Amino acid sequence: MKQLEALVHQARETLPPATATTSQMARNGINASATMTEQPVQWHAKGTAITPAALSDDETEVARVMQICNACRYCEGFCAVFPAMTRRLEFGKADINYLANLCHNCGACLHACQYAPPHEFAVNVPQAMAKVRVQTYSDYAWPSALGKLYKKNGLTLSIAAAGALALFLVLTVAITGGLLHEPLAGNFYAIFPHNTLALMFGLVFVFAIIALGIGVTRFWRDVSPGTASGAAVAEATHDALRLKYLDGGHGKGCNNADDAFTLLRRRFHHLTFYGFMLCFAATSVATLYHYAFGWEAPYPYFSLPVLLGTVGGIGLLIGPAGLLWLNLRRHPLQGDAAQKPMDRGFIALLFLTSLTGLLLLALRETSAMGLFLAIHLGVVMALFLTLPYGKFAHGIYRCASLLKWSIEKRQPDNLKLGSD
Amino acid sequence: MIDVLVIGGGNAALCAALMAREAGASVLLLEAAPKAWRGGNSQHTRNLRCMHDAPQDVLVEAYPEEEFWQDLLKVTGGITNEHLARLVIRESSTCRDWMRKHGVNFQPPLSGALHVARTNAFFMGGGKALVNAYYRSAEALGVQIRYDAPVDSLELDNGRFVAARIGDERITARSCVLAAGGFESNREWLREAWGQNERGEWPADNFLIRGTRFNTGVLLKFMIDAGADTIGDPSQSHCVAIDARAPLYDGGICTRIDCVSLGVVVNREAQRFYDEGEDFWPKRYAIWGRLTAMQPGQIAYSIIDAKAIGRFMPPVFPGVQADTLPELARKLGLDEAQFMRTLSDYNAACRVGTFDHTKLDDCHTEGVQPAKTHWARPLDTAPYYGYALRPGITFTYLGLKVDDTAAVRFNDQPSDNLFVAGEMMAGNVLGKGYTAGVGMSIGTAFGRIAGTRAAASALAQRNTGAQREAA
Repeated sequence: MKQLEALVHQARETLPPATATTSQMARNGINASATMTEQPVQWHAKGTAITPAALSDDETEVARVMQICNACRYCEGFCAVFPAMTRRLEFGKADINYLANLCHNCGACLHACQYAPPHEFAVNVPQAMAKVRVQTYSDYAWPSALGKLYKKNGLTLSIAAAGALALFLVLTVAITGGLLHEPLAGNFYAIFPHNTLALMFGLVFVFAIIALGIGVTRFWRDVSPGTASGAAVAEATHDALRLKYLDGGHGKGCNNADDAFTLLRRRFHHLTFYGFMLCFAATSVATLYHYAFGWEAPYPYFSLPVLLGTVGGIGLLIGPAGLLWLNLRRHPLQGDAAQKPMDRGFIALLFLTSLTGLLLLALRETSAMGLFLAIHLGVVMALFLTLPYGKFAHGIYRCASLLKWSIEKRQPDNLKLGSD
Repeated sequence: MIDVLVIGGGNAALCAALMAREAGASVLLLEAAPKAWRGGNSQHTRNLRCMHDAPQDVLVEAYPEEEFWQDLLKVTGGITNEHLARLVIRESSTCRDWMRKHGVNFQPPLSGALHVARTNAFFMGGGKALVNAYYRSAEALGVQIRYDAPVDSLELDNGRFVAARIGDERITARSCVLAAGGFESNREWLREAWGQNERGEWPADNFLIRGTRFNTGVLLKFMIDAGADTIGDPSQSHCVAIDARAPLYDGGICTRIDCVSLGVVVNREAQRFYDEGEDFWPKRYAIWGRLTAMQPGQIAYSIIDAKAIGRFMPPVFPGVQADTLPELARKLGLDEAQFMRTLSDYNAACRVGTFDHTKLDDCHTEGVQPAKTHWARPLDTAPYYGYALRPGITFTYLGLKVDDTAAVRFNDQPSDNLFVAGEMMAGNVLGKGYTAGVGMSIGTAFGRIAGTRAAASALAQRNTGAQREAA
């Protein structure tokens, strides 16, 4: 508690006295006493001065909606957003970014809301949160200039995909003298030397990790979650890996086309995520085989890398196809329509990655191997290039928010709202 | 011809439709509202008061029949019907499995509502989620549903239902359940019911409606005019003090102001008029609507200081804020001198002991009228906040008189194919006052009874018809 008070004092002192009017000071006094009873929230200065109230339009909308929700609270059982909300009386920028990324866009609170449009309060939590989420990714992006890529993500993805495809097709032609060649018995490295590929993809992947790592670190500092206990980490990991908050709170699932619940989104997401992880594992095992044991591709159909890749690839076909189908059928009020190109572009790239990978496996002993290898590598390169500046970021920021919630819920809640 | 026609689209109507359909009847449900506004007042509810003799999933400890009955007796001041009340109470202990079967999810009490953890089962997502679940289940079972279908009159034949009319359209059915709500959104009727006061004001003109804009009481009026037996006083309603900035209709739960017991309340003349600390707020919030309705201009102002912040459920709109009490008076448009006299008298009268908002503490006033008997602390810590209050009507109590068959009665004779449920008859059990979640208990119990009876009536007619044909 002493530490909290110190932080509150610090927060008060960081207010520029020259610009703060008496009423602003008073308001922030309330703000400070409110946060004192829960946990410290640092107001992060982006740009020039520390102005706690400098909310964007989308953030202001979340603050407005949360004020209404906090007075109602009917949705408390659906997910973590609402219990996290009840620990606050006012919603500053950091709180809003945190809550927005905690929201899984399950839609339960939209369909259950007595204040949803056409009510004049026009409460739409999933949409308000989605709009802030994409802004979070862009605000926290590293390097900052590339944050803009989120805003026109359909275009970003198209350019990345076209460019990467062109690159590998041209390279194929340059190396083999044409797109078709004599069958090479599945030996990819006859076309692209292993070290070249490892270097190209390794660099891009490492860049993606660094860029996302820096972004999420900035985000983490802003929401100042306190120290993570083992239990909190375990819970957050569980909630992320099980997609706990896509179960609707009652286990029947989330909403998609209408007010009915479905577990399909959770299941398709599992297929996508675990399929992706299996494909990643296949690549990792193959890399290990190559460098540690000197076993070079092509690997037999029943070898570990091919089995992992095949199973993962099938998951990564069905999962994204299902997610796209759900995305196309989603209720128009659920989520932010402007982000559909980003969502669908990412889903399409994942689908194409597994599709081209499986085709390559099937055709690796034919004369079209070079062509399909080039296409597959082009797609994977596009996926890697856009990882830090597309929908993939949601997983990173969502996990950070889940961990914050797991930490926060273990802290005492000193608001005494017992009068109701 | 359809077997059972259900008029209305809230909890009671849906319970009736589902029960009738389960009993094998063909059912048509007519909801006056468009789909987006369906569900009547049920979309604003959040729980069901439940009797239980032992802990039951989300309900802790026990809430026996007798205790439930005593609670009801107390809040209604005896204006209830013990037989029907006990029927509702017993039904509340067994209906939840059926509700679950139709998709309703329950959850432990919401934060800030722990005081009803023992007595009330909360709907996950609130009443609109319940309504959605019932509509989905009804559709899946083959109940026909029509939206934008406001029935304006019935065709009756000597107490028997013949047909319902929507404008020129005539809809016949073998039996009918009326569950179309009260008249809280009928401004003219409210005006007439509340009349003109000694100041020449029409108090109801200043009321806000927390409930659905579609409860205009058209069918209730029709039935009264048709000679159905009625019960209840038209000026009785669930009336709470809500934020004066709330929307005219459908303000729902979030417009309540929960800081009354933490400060003082003054009227337009800047004078206090009632003991703000009489009892716990959940036990008193339902009287403040009426108290406010009695004040000049039907407005009151809840005044608190910084000490109250974080101790009550956050209101939907921010309060008017000031660094001094005179500034607050000016911002609220109150007479500054009178406001300061009232506040100074109150502050000077406070005898502060050990403040504890979780019990009836010993902080009280001495020598000021009206007294504040608990949680009385001087308002002396800036910033100060003021919230303007208006009476907010949730639902009205005037209804049709019934017995335990839910049959509509004419000259004390029950109709054999016309039944009533929900707000249109809740006044039989709830003549005045309120206790959380009991409206849904009444609606569920009588909706289920009415649906079952209506199905039985329709199926009996079908059988008689078939026998006649066979003979």
